[in-house]
Amino acid sequence: MNASPNHRQGNEDQTGSLDLDAAFRDSHVGEVLDELDRELVGLAPVKSRIRDIAALLLIDKLRGNLGLTAGAPSLHMSFTGNPGTGKTTVALRMAQILHRLGYVRKGQLTAVTRDDLVGQYIGHTAPKTREVLKRAMGGVLFIDEAYYLYRPENERDYGQEAIEILLQVMENQREDLVVILAGYQDRMNIFFRSNPGLSSRVAHHIEFPDYTPDELLAIARLMLERMQYRLSAEADAAFREYIELRKGRPHFANARSVRNALDRARLRQASRLLSRSGRIVSRDDLITLEAADIRASRIFSDTQDPNGSGESAS
Amino acid sequence: MKLTQGTFSFLPDLTDEQIRSQVEYCLGNGWAVAIEYTDDPHPRNSYWEMFGPPMFDIRDAAGILTELQACRQTFPDHYIKVNAFDSTHGRESLRLSFIVGRPEKEPGFRLERQEGPGRTVRYTTRAYATDRPEGERY
Repeated sequence: MNASPNHRQGNEDQTGSLDLDAAFRDSHVGEVLDELDRELVGLAPVKSRIRDIAALLLIDKLRGNLGLTAGAPSLHMSFTGNPGTGKTTVALRMAQILHRLGYVRKGQLTAVTRDDLVGQYIGHTAPKTREVLKRAMGGVLFIDEAYYLYRPENERDYGQEAIEILLQVMENQREDLVVILAGYQDRMNIFFRSNPGLSSRVAHHIEFPDYTPDELLAIARLMLERMQYRLSAEADAAFREYIELRKGRPHFANARSVRNALDRARLRQASRLLSRSGRIVSRDDLITLEAADIRASRIFSDTQDPNGSGESAS
Repeated sequence: MKLTQGTFSFLPDLTDEQIRSQVEYCLGNGWAVAIEYTDDPHPRNSYWEMFGPPMFDIRDAAGILTELQACRQTFPDHYIKVNAFDSTHGRESLRLSFIVGRPEKEPGFRLERQEGPGRTVRYTTRAYATDRPEGERY
């Protein structure tokens, strides 16, 4: 090893061995991961994968300092999971994380769907896709509901063209951008089966598990904290019941359903406060959601309705 | 004769790495970068053809360099330049413009002198290459 004694990061001694702790501290990876732990509830497999990636990038950097090169690792990812499991949120964070780890240069997230990539006429698709790719360079390209790119029922569909250009860039300009494909589990599986080239170029297939009721409650508390509301003790219990009931209903969308339920509870709280006699409210009244606000939900009144009314249930 | 127009034109041609750094500097200042080409390099020809629209929302030089490669492939025997446009109010003009591609052989310009009335002489420069039609010049 050709270690220099006065290495600029100071985490290397004369024998060429490295102080991992110092390197870890210098890279601020720990802060990034802690933040992730704090702000995202649950998602254990996702976090552990991000931790692995962070470790790899750190070790790669250290190897680079000693002149050992392995080339940039492929970091294209696919996020699969049910609605509301945090795919988009994590993708947003991923851009920041990879930027702070020094893997992408600018760290912007370009979120696109089929409409942004695929054109309407012959010859329209390639420039459109290239335009998006140019914009995404130096950051992360997030393709939401990626399976719409491929429409097997229409053989003259231009989606295939977009996929081919995408593949080329994913392979040749790995250091310029990271592509994240996201979508619902079952349809993504079909999509990857019909595009084996794409599947094999995506190094990280990450599954987003459904949240447990406890995690959903923790998410609700986190959301309320950010909106500067809080649940009273009874409301907390009521909301737990609500989650249990809502989970069994159709169109349950995990954290998204929780957010919608909270928004509706805020509406009810507002009209409850307005309709109250006396019309004097304290700060406490303004920030507290009571059990009544939660229990007014239709979920509690017509639990026997087998069809439900989906996301619009109030 | 090496064409000397725009910034850096008296230096040796920029390498791709140097072009990347210059573009990175432009993007860092929030300027919109555009690529233009021509085969009529007369100094008074200030309007070159644009290669695609100006790239307003690009964050990283890699995007511009991809486009530059495409332009070089399409027009291997043309002059190509990179322009950086500053849209700040009150400025609204080019801040930087430099040549990033030139033909293999540059025959240069001919100086023509025209006798006017009295002892007046009018001067005209004409690129040798423009004797041929557009697209066949270099």
